[in-house]
Amino acid sequence: MKPKDRMKIPRQKMPEQDPKVRSGNFEEVPFGYSDEQAIAEATRCLQCKKSPCRNGCPVSINIPGFLKEISENNFDEAVRALKEDNSLPAVCGRVCPQETQCEELCVVGKKGEPVAIGRLERFCADYERSRGEAPLPPIAAKTGKKIAIVGSGPAGLACAGDLVKLGHDVTIFEALHKTGGVLVYGIPEFRLPKDIVQAEVDYIARMGVKIVTNYVVGMIKTVDELLEEFDALFVGTGAGAPKFLGIPGENLNGVYSANEYLTRSNLMKAYLFPEYDTPVVRGKNVAVLGGGNVAMDSARTALRLGAENSYIVYRRAKEQMPARAEEIHHAEEEGVQLRLLMSPLEAIGNDDGWVTGLRCQKMELGEPDDSGRRRPVAIEGEEEIIAVDTVIVAIGNKPNPLIPKTTENLEVSKWGTINADEATGITSKEGVFAGGDIVTGAATVILAMGAGKGAAAAMHRYLMGIPEPTEEETLDQA
Amino acid sequence: MFKITDKKTLSAGVHLFRIEAPEIVKKHKAGQFIILRLHEKGERIPISVADVDKKNGELLLLIQEVGKTSEEMGTLKAGDSLLDVVGPLGHPTELPTNETTVCIGGGIGMAPIHCIAKTLHKTGNKVISIVGARSKELLTFQDELTDISDQLIVTTDDGSFGQKGFVTDALSRLIEGGEKIDEVFAIGPLPMMRAVCNLTKGYNIKTTVSLNPIMVDGTGMCGACRATVDGKTVFACIDGPEFDGHKVNFDELGKRQRMYINEERISRDKYQAEHKHTCDTCGCEGKK
Repeated sequence: MKPKDRMKIPRQKMPEQDPKVRSGNFEEVPFGYSDEQAIAEATRCLQCKKSPCRNGCPVSINIPGFLKEISENNFDEAVRALKEDNSLPAVCGRVCPQETQCEELCVVGKKGEPVAIGRLERFCADYERSRGEAPLPPIAAKTGKKIAIVGSGPAGLACAGDLVKLGHDVTIFEALHKTGGVLVYGIPEFRLPKDIVQAEVDYIARMGVKIVTNYVVGMIKTVDELLEEFDALFVGTGAGAPKFLGIPGENLNGVYSANEYLTRSNLMKAYLFPEYDTPVVRGKNVAVLGGGNVAMDSARTALRLGAENSYIVYRRAKEQMPARAEEIHHAEEEGVQLRLLMSPLEAIGNDDGWVTGLRCQKMELGEPDDSGRRRPVAIEGEEEIIAVDTVIVAIGNKPNPLIPKTTENLEVSKWGTINADEATGITSKEGVFAGGDIVTGAATVILAMGAGKGAAAAMHRYLMGIPEPTEEETLDQA
Repeated sequence: MFKITDKKTLSAGVHLFRIEAPEIVKKHKAGQFIILRLHEKGERIPISVADVDKKNGELLLLIQEVGKTSEEMGTLKAGDSLLDVVGPLGHPTELPTNETTVCIGGGIGMAPIHCIAKTLHKTGNKVISIVGARSKELLTFQDELTDISDQLIVTTDDGSFGQKGFVTDALSRLIEGGEKIDEVFAIGPLPMMRAVCNLTKGYNIKTTVSLNPIMVDGTGMCGACRATVDGKTVFACIDGPEFDGHKVNFDELGKRQRMYINEERISRDKYQAEHKHTCDTCGCEGKK
């Protein structure tokens, strides 16, 4: 097929649940591509020699490679090509911000809509899962080196997966009772079904990674104590500490951090209460403070828990929301109401200590600030009280301080993140590597995975006495 | 899985469990807590540790049936297992040296306070223990408390044992009697800890309380256990659980503890409807 003809194929829409129906259930929103749709979509790829899409991918997936296999109906081959660079494709195909990564650089997208790389990634992963247990990749001979991974989120899982393939003896320590980190406690079922995360974790366990849950490193054992048993250690403990606004009334009943609200619903399955023991307040009028993906997840969860009004209260304008366009779109489709240019001043409560209202300052856009975004400025004297019975604070997370606090000679920044080399995860402490949100501050799943993989390569070199690659070699690999 | 090696029913709905958890036991210090979950559908509940048996690697937990999860736990027997136990969590008690301390335990707070009293005794402090309960059969750890206390005062609300009245009455008498007290440690129901703090504040006696708010993860991730201490928001799980009692906003804490009162009732009613009460596990001897 000529490039011209490929360009004529329209971007394939992914079928999804009707917004009215889905806002009342926790099932996944999109259904995924059919085989025919996937082949048609993959055929749109021009197979550019330079493949700029790969540069947009934090783990440099061989995108033209796996797309070519899909277009030729070789789904098994497509899966193999994809998994060479990405051990969690079912997750990334769902939660990566492709529009600012691979798809943003897609040549097809210059004149029309880019190839739907993310949806095709998801298609491959779902195809593989539908075929039963995925075959294991070749695993190198045992090296005899023992590695501890602290945290089982995207960074830890990616790091563990790569290291076990290289023949190392890998153990993951997880503080919660379930593996997956933010993938299980943070991202809701309707965006990332938990059996998919479990399948990815099971795959890593089948490769030989040992998983220890209920193990809070820093409390039961410190990093220094673990280093007596392990040859190297990776810290991927994420940005797990919720930020609050510090406004009056934030400790009223009915006021949650997004972390707590989502953890109750996702990890503890409070949406199935009382079948499951953990409750969550099922508010009728819910205000979510913040404009990121976590705010969207919270507002959409509130609808599914029976809210009549679910508001996003954000102090800037819609264009300035950090959430993915698709998430905002999905949220609005389902009935989430955006209350923009509103800055919360106070949570108002009743005598029983329950929140009843949110007093907000109305804002307007002023001059651009240092980041280029127009600064929100208060409109003098313009306030509004929104009647609410639930408030969810989703203004971001800080790094969890437990490991930095309990580890000797581990340098941290003034924000509490661990100082580590971005590419290799090397920290100030011998044998200790770090990556993901604990290094970068709250970021994306794929960046954390990329950091986990980079650290895995560096840990392998460290343990086996292989010299660091030269700059040229690094460029070759990219 | 964490095996229950022994269970003693002390009185109706009050049980002392021994749980096999050697790694936690190795690290546990007085003042810390654990979080447990019974089964796949269970909630995570924080429990103060009553004691550790270092030799056998066992945690001792005193559980009073107050809701669905504790009631369900009350039906478990030696040989059964808990799905999850995580710990130790929170800061250990900050130990003074060469001080006269008063350790006050109310209700099942008697268990963890005995653990702190024991450590205070070991580190060379004078320990006066005041423990109180509604009635005689709810008194626990009496032998241990006798061994480690320079003086042990027992109160019961109904006068069925020791002095009739509340722990605060006994504390008041102690202070009025001229005992020079450097620090008070109090663990028990919120109204009791509050009453102790109100009393000691007047005498300017340093008072440490162990807060027991609702928690989920227990590692600083969710903020469910927020409390206001000295006008600032703290997370009881990682900043505590022990705080200067004179600075705790007990009013807010009390309200926050009642946040799920409706859901707690729904959960308990459902459980009781599905599980006929059997006296053989609860120890009520037909009184329930």
